Amino acid sequence: MMTRLNLFLFTFTILSSHLLSASASDLILTKVDRRIDLSSQIVRTTTTLKVENTGSDIVSEILLSFPENHVNHLAHLTATLNEGRGKAKTSSGVGLPVEVVHPKGVPPKLTIYSVTLPKGLGKGDSLTLDVLAVFSHILKPFPEKITQADIQLLLFQESAYYISPYAVKVQSLTVKLPDARVESYTKLEDTKLQGSELKYGAYENLPPFSYLPIVIHFENNQPFAVAKELVREIEISHWGNVQITEHYNLVHGGAQSKGEFSRLDYQARPYVRGASAFRRLVAKLPPRAHSVYYRDEIGNISTSSLWGDSKKTELVIEPRYPIFGGWKTAFTIGYGLPLKDFLFGLDGKRFLNISFGSPINELVIDTLIVKVVLPEGSKDISASVPFPVKQRQETKFSHLDIAGRPVVVLEKNDAVPEHNEHFQVYYKFNCLSMLREPLMLISGFFFLFVASIVYMHADLSISKSSASYLAKIQWEEVQATVRQVHNIISRCLTTHDKLEASLHDLSRTGDVQACKATRKSVDSSLKELTKELKSPVAFLQSSPQAAQILPKVEEVIVKERDLQEKLMAKHSTVVDCYEKKLGGREIENRVALHHQKIAALRLEIDDIMDLIDEI
Amino acid sequence: MAATEAQSSLRHAFGNVLAFFILILIGVLAFSIRLFSVIKYESVIHEFDPYFNYRVTQFLTKNGIYDFWNWFDDRTWYPLGRVIGGTVYPGLTLTAGTLWWILNSLNIPLSVETVCVFTAPIFSAFASWATYLLTKEVKGAGAGLTAAVLLAMVPSYISRSVAGSYDNEAVAIFALIFTFYLYIKTLNTGSLFYATLNSIAYFYMVCSWGGYTFIINLIPIHVLLCIVTGRYSSRLYIAYAPLVVLGTLLAALVPVVGFNAVMTSEHFASFLVFILIHVVALVYYIKGILSPKMFKVAVTLVVSSGLAVGLAMIAVLVAMVASSPTMGWSGRSLSLLDPTYASKYIPIIASVSEHQPPTWPSYFMDINVLAFLVPAGIIACFSPLSDASSFVILYIVTSVYFSGVMVRLMLVLAPAACILSGIALSQAFDVFTRSIKLQLPSLSVDSHVDAGNASSESVVPNDTVKTDKIEDTPKERTSKKSKKKEKEPVEKPPSKSQIKKKLLVLPLETSIIAIILLVLLGAFYVVHSVWAAAEAYSAPSIVLTSHSNDGLHVFDDFREAYAWLSHNTEVDDKVASWWDYGYQTTAMANRTVIVDNNTWNNTHIATVGTAMSSPEKAAWEIFNSLDVKYVLVVFGGLVGYPSDDINKFLWMVRIGGGVFPHIKEPDYLRDGQYRIDSMATPTMLNCLMYKLSYYRFVETDGKAFDRVRRTEIGKKYFKLTHFEEVFTTHHWMVRIYKLKPPKNRIRGKIKKSKAKASSKPASKRKELKRNPF
Repeated sequence: MMTRLNLFLFTFTILSSHLLSASASDLILTKVDRRIDLSSQIVRTTTTLKVENTGSDIVSEILLSFPENHVNHLAHLTATLNEGRGKAKTSSGVGLPVEVVHPKGVPPKLTIYSVTLPKGLGKGDSLTLDVLAVFSHILKPFPEKITQADIQLLLFQESAYYISPYAVKVQSLTVKLPDARVESYTKLEDTKLQGSELKYGAYENLPPFSYLPIVIHFENNQPFAVAKELVREIEISHWGNVQITEHYNLVHGGAQSKGEFSRLDYQARPYVRGASAFRRLVAKLPPRAHSVYYRDEIGNISTSSLWGDSKKTELVIEPRYPIFGGWKTAFTIGYGLPLKDFLFGLDGKRFLNISFGSPINELVIDTLIVKVVLPEGSKDISASVPFPVKQRQETKFSHLDIAGRPVVVLEKNDAVPEHNEHFQVYYKFNCLSMLREPLMLISGFFFLFVASIVYMHADLSISKSSASYLAKIQWEEVQATVRQVHNIISRCLTTHDKLEASLHDLSRTGDVQACKATRKSVDSSLKELTKELKSPVAFLQSSPQAAQILPKVEEVIVKERDLQEKLMAKHSTVVDCYEKKLGGREIENRVALHHQKIAALRLEIDDIMDLIDEI
Repeated sequence: MAATEAQSSLRHAFGNVLAFFILILIGVLAFSIRLFSVIKYESVIHEFDPYFNYRVTQFLTKNGIYDFWNWFDDRTWYPLGRVIGGTVYPGLTLTAGTLWWILNSLNIPLSVETVCVFTAPIFSAFASWATYLLTKEVKGAGAGLTAAVLLAMVPSYISRSVAGSYDNEAVAIFALIFTFYLYIKTLNTGSLFYATLNSIAYFYMVCSWGGYTFIINLIPIHVLLCIVTGRYSSRLYIAYAPLVVLGTLLAALVPVVGFNAVMTSEHFASFLVFILIHVVALVYYIKGILSPKMFKVAVTLVVSSGLAVGLAMIAVLVAMVASSPTMGWSGRSLSLLDPTYASKYIPIIASVSEHQPPTWPSYFMDINVLAFLVPAGIIACFSPLSDASSFVILYIVTSVYFSGVMVRLMLVLAPAACILSGIALSQAFDVFTRSIKLQLPSLSVDSHVDAGNASSESVVPNDTVKTDKIEDTPKERTSKKSKKKEKEPVEKPPSKSQIKKKLLVLPLETSIIAIILLVLLGAFYVVHSVWAAAEAYSAPSIVLTSHSNDGLHVFDDFREAYAWLSHNTEVDDKVASWWDYGYQTTAMANRTVIVDNNTWNNTHIATVGTAMSSPEKAAWEIFNSLDVKYVLVVFGGLVGYPSDDINKFLWMVRIGGGVFPHIKEPDYLRDGQYRIDSMATPTMLNCLMYKLSYYRFVETDGKAFDRVRRTEIGKKYFKLTHFEEVFTTHHWMVRIYKLKPPKNRIRGKIKKSKAKASSKPASKRKELKRNPF
C-alpha cells in the first residue's frame, strides 16, 4: 500500500519535473551530500551542494526546495559558501541571504528558497554551498500514546533523493540515529545500516524534483523538552549588573503518557520504566553568572545544582517531578551577569550584545519573547537581530520609576538552539540619570526631616485668640511658675539641711562659733528665698488657671515656713545648750520634740512637693 | 540654677533620644529574629491557613476591594462554594493588600507573596512598640522598654509571626495590645481623642481576629472592677462609653461579625456594664447635687422602683439568651468556658491540635522565664495599685485561664506575661541599681577622704553605714559633701522619693549579685528565644528537611504534588483530600476541593471522612457523586513523616461516624487500640484510606515496614479496582489517585470489550507498523 503510494508520488514528481526543467536554469548539482541528525528532538539536515553552471548566463541565485511537510517545521535555514576544504566551515559562516520565492512551474507541494550568491557564478564555474536546515516538531511519535513502561518510538519521513529544481549527478544520504533500536526503515537497494548510521545511496544522475520517500521508525528517548512559551527579560542596570529572568512554560513534546504513573516502578528501574521521561535539564549560562535562582510560582525548587569555571556556568535543573510525555511544568530561572561583559560603547551610543535564545540545551521554543529592559531615560533605541523577529516597544515601571523604562520586545516563533546568536540593542543613555533615584530618595528623606523639624517648631494652632489656645498658654505659664516655686522650696530645704548639718558638726566638734556663722548665712539666704517666693505666688493667686493647684502651693509654703520656724527653734535650743555646756542627754531631751515635728513636717512637704512635681 | 535646669532638660532630651533609638533597635530585633525561616528555608508562605490568606490577598490585589467583598469562591467546598467576603476576617488581607498597593504605586516591584511573607515580622515590630506604650502608661518608660524587648522575642508570639506565617494572629496581637494601650491612655488622660482612637483600634482588631471578644469582655470586667472598688471617675466613663457605642457600631460594619455584635452572648457583658456605668454616673451626679439627707431618701426611692425594672430587664435578657441556639454562645467560645465542651460535642474542634489544652512544658517553651517573673510583676503592680495596673493584673489573670484551655491562646497570654515581666524586671533593676548607686558614692567619697586627710574620723561613720541604721548615711554624706565641695552647684535636696528609696536600699553585695543573676536570667531568655525562633518555629511545614550523615536532605513532596496537580490536570477537576490540605490545594494547585480548613460544614467533612473510611466501592460512589476526579492522600510510612493521613484517620472515622452512623469507631479498633498491622480489623484493612496509603507499598522493601507506626502493615498485596495511581511524589509523601471511569453495566459486554481490547492492540500495531500513514 505504501509503496504504491510512493510510486504514485514518484511518477507525479517526475512528470512535474519535466514541466519545470524548461524554465530551470543551466545549473546542475555535481555532488550532494546530505547528513540528517535524528539523535535529538531537533532534526538537523546538513547538505553540501556542489553547484556547477553549465549554461552561458551568469547565475546569481541558487534555489533550494523543501517539501511542504518539512517547511511547516522548518525553524532555521542557513546557506554558507564553503571555500575549499581546509578552511573551517564557520569561518565563512556569514550566512547568505535566503528568501522564499515563487517561481513558475514548481509542484504545489514544494516551497522554494532562493539563496543569493555574493557574486555571480560564471559559465563553467562551480562552488560548494553548505545548507543547514533545522526542523522542530518534525519527528512524530508513533504510537502516539505510550504507557510508563513503553519506549518512545518516532517516525521520520524524508526523501531518499535530494529534492532539487536542478539535476543531480551524484548524491548520498546519511541518517544519524540515536544509539538505540531501529524499529523499521524503508529498505531500498542501496541501503546500509551501520551501527547507528543509516546510509542511502549513492544515486547518480537524477533529474530535477526526483522524489523517493523513505520512512524511519526508531527509538529515541532523548528529552523532548518543548517550551510552549519562554519569556526572557534582560534588565540592564548601569550600576553594573544585567539581570536575566527566564519564565519557562515547558511540556514534554514526545509521545503522550497514558495509564498509571507508578513511582515505585519509576524509582526501581528509572531507565526502563520511564525511559521516555526526562528528569533534568542542563542550562549553560554565561561565565561569571551570579545570584542564580530557580523557582516556580509556589516557591523555590530545591533540586538544582550549579558549578562554573571561567568559560561557562552550568546549571543543572530538575523540575519538581519527572516529565512524562504530555506532562507540563512551569518555572523561572534568574541570574545576574556582570555588565561589562555585555555592554559596550560605540561612538556615543551604548549597545548590549547578548545571546538571543535559551541557555538550556536542545530546547525547542514555540514562542520566544525577549524583553530588553533599558534603564530609565534611554533614548534612540534600536535593535539588530540576525534573523527576522517581531519587534515592539513597551514601558515598564519598577524601582521608583517615574517615566518608566523603555522595553524592547522581540518575538520569535519556533526557536531552536541555532538561534542562540548574539543580538544588539543600541541606545543612548546619560550617566547622570543613574543618580536620579538615589537623589530622589535622599531628597525625600531630607524633606521628611525638614518637615518634621518645621512641624516641631511651628505653632500650628488655627486661632491665636481662641479660648483653648489662651488657656493652654496660661496653663504653660502656670506650670512654669509652679516649677519655680518648687525650685525655691527645694532650695529652702537644702538650706535646712545645711543647718542640720551644722548642728551635726557641732555635736562632733563643739565649735559653737562656726555653727552660729552658718546660722547667720542660712538666715539671710532663707530671707532671700522668701522674697523670691513672693512674685510667683502672687502670679499664681492672680491666675485663674492656677486655682486648682494654688491650695497645694500655699499649703506647702505654709508648711515650709512652719518647718523653718521649728528648725530655727531647734537650732537655737541646741546652740543654747552647747553654750550652757549641757550634757548630751539633756540636749537630746530638749530637742526630741522638735525633732519629731520636723521629721513629720518634712515628710508632709515632700509629699506635697511630689504632687506638685507631677502636675 | 538655670544651668541645672538646662542640664536636666538636656538629660531629659538625651533620655528621649536614647529611648527612641532603643525602640528602633527593638523593632529591628523583632523583625530580624523572625527571618530565620527565610534564611534557613526560603521566602515562602507557611502551613495551612496562611495559604488561604495568601490566596485571598492575591484575589484582593487582582480584583479590587468591591469584588473582594462579593467574592463567592467556587473552588472550595464543592458543590456548595463559600462566600469569602462575608466569612473572613478581612483585617490581615486588607493590611497586606494596602501595603502592597502602596509599594506598587511607588513603583517598588514586590510580589504579593513577598509582602505577605513579611507582614508578620513588620507587625511584630509594631506590637513591641505598642507594648512599650502600654507598659509606659502603666509603670513608666523603663518598664515599657523592658517589656518591649521581652515581647520582641517571646517564643509564643514568634511561633505565630515568623516570616511566612501569614495568619490573622500576626496582625491581631498588635491590634490587641494597641487597643489596650489606647484604653489605658484614655483612662489616664480622660481625653475623648484617645477614646475615639481606641474605638478605631478596636475596629481594626475586630477586622483582624475572632479574638476581639477577649477585648470586649476584658474591658467591661475591668470597668466593673473599678466601679466595685470605688474607683469610678469621669475618665473611666470616657474610656468606656465611647468604646461600647462606637466600637459596636464599627464592629457591625465587618461582614463576618455583622449583627453578631449585638446578638450573641459574647457581647452582652459589655452592654450590661454600659448600663451599669450610666447608673453609677447618675448616682454620682445626684450625690453631687443633693444634700446627704435628700440623697438617702432618693436612694431608697430609686432602689425599690429600680429593682422591679431591673428584674424585668433580666427576665427579658434571659429569655433572649435562651431562645437563641446554643444559648447564644458559639462553639468555640463555649469550649473556652467549659474546656471539656469541645471534646465532648464537637470532634472537629477537638481534632485540631492547637485547640488542645497545653502541657506544662509548653508554658516553659513558649514564655520561658517570664513564667517566673510574672508573679513579681503582679506584686509590683499592687504597689501602688492604679487603674492601669489593675487592668494589667486582670489581663494576666484572664489570659492565664484562657491559655490553660487552648494552646492557641497562649498567644494572648504572651503580651500580658511580657508586660508584667517587664515591670518586674525594671522594678528589680531599679531597686538594685539604686542601692548600688546610693552606696557607691559614699564609698568613693570616704575613700577620697581617707586618701586626702588620712584621718581616721571618717572611717567610723563609714563602719556604721553597714551596721547601723541606713538612714543616717545619706545625711552624713550630704553634710560632708556640702562642706567639702562648696563650690559645686547646690546639690538637689533628697526629695521624698529619695527618702523612700533610702528605705529600700539593699546591701551592696546582694544587689550586685542579684543584678548579675537577673542579667543571666535575661541572657537565658534571649538564648532560648533565639533557639526557639531558629529551630522550633521556623519550619514552613510544606518543606521538610532532615539532617543525615550525607548532609541536608530536603523533602519537598507537597509542592511537588501540588505543582503536578496544577500543571497536569484539567482546571475544573475536583480533588478530594482530608480537610487539612484544602487550603493548600486551592492556593498552590488551583484546583477545586471538596472540604478545606474553614470547617464550616460538618456534614460535608463527614462525607469525605466517610468516603475515606469506607471500602473502595462505596468510597468510589461517594466521590463520584461529588464529581471528584482525584483523591489525594498524605502518607508518611516510607520516610517516617508522622502527621500523615493514617495517623489522622481516627478523626475521619469519628467525624464521619458523627453524621453517618454506619461508620462505627470500634470497627476500626482492635480491643480499643488503633493498629494497622496484621492484628488490625478487616474494616480497617479494607477501607479506602488504608488502601490508598499502602498501595504497592510492599514492593518498596519487600516487607512493607511502616516507619511511622513502626510495624509491618497488615494487608500487603492488594489491587485497586476503582482507583488508579496517577502520581506519587518522590518520597511517597503525597499520593494522588484518579477515579476510574464507571464501567458498563452488563458483565458480558465488559468481558467482550476486554477481550477485544486485549486482542486489538496487537493486530492494530502490526498493521500500523507496516503502514504508519
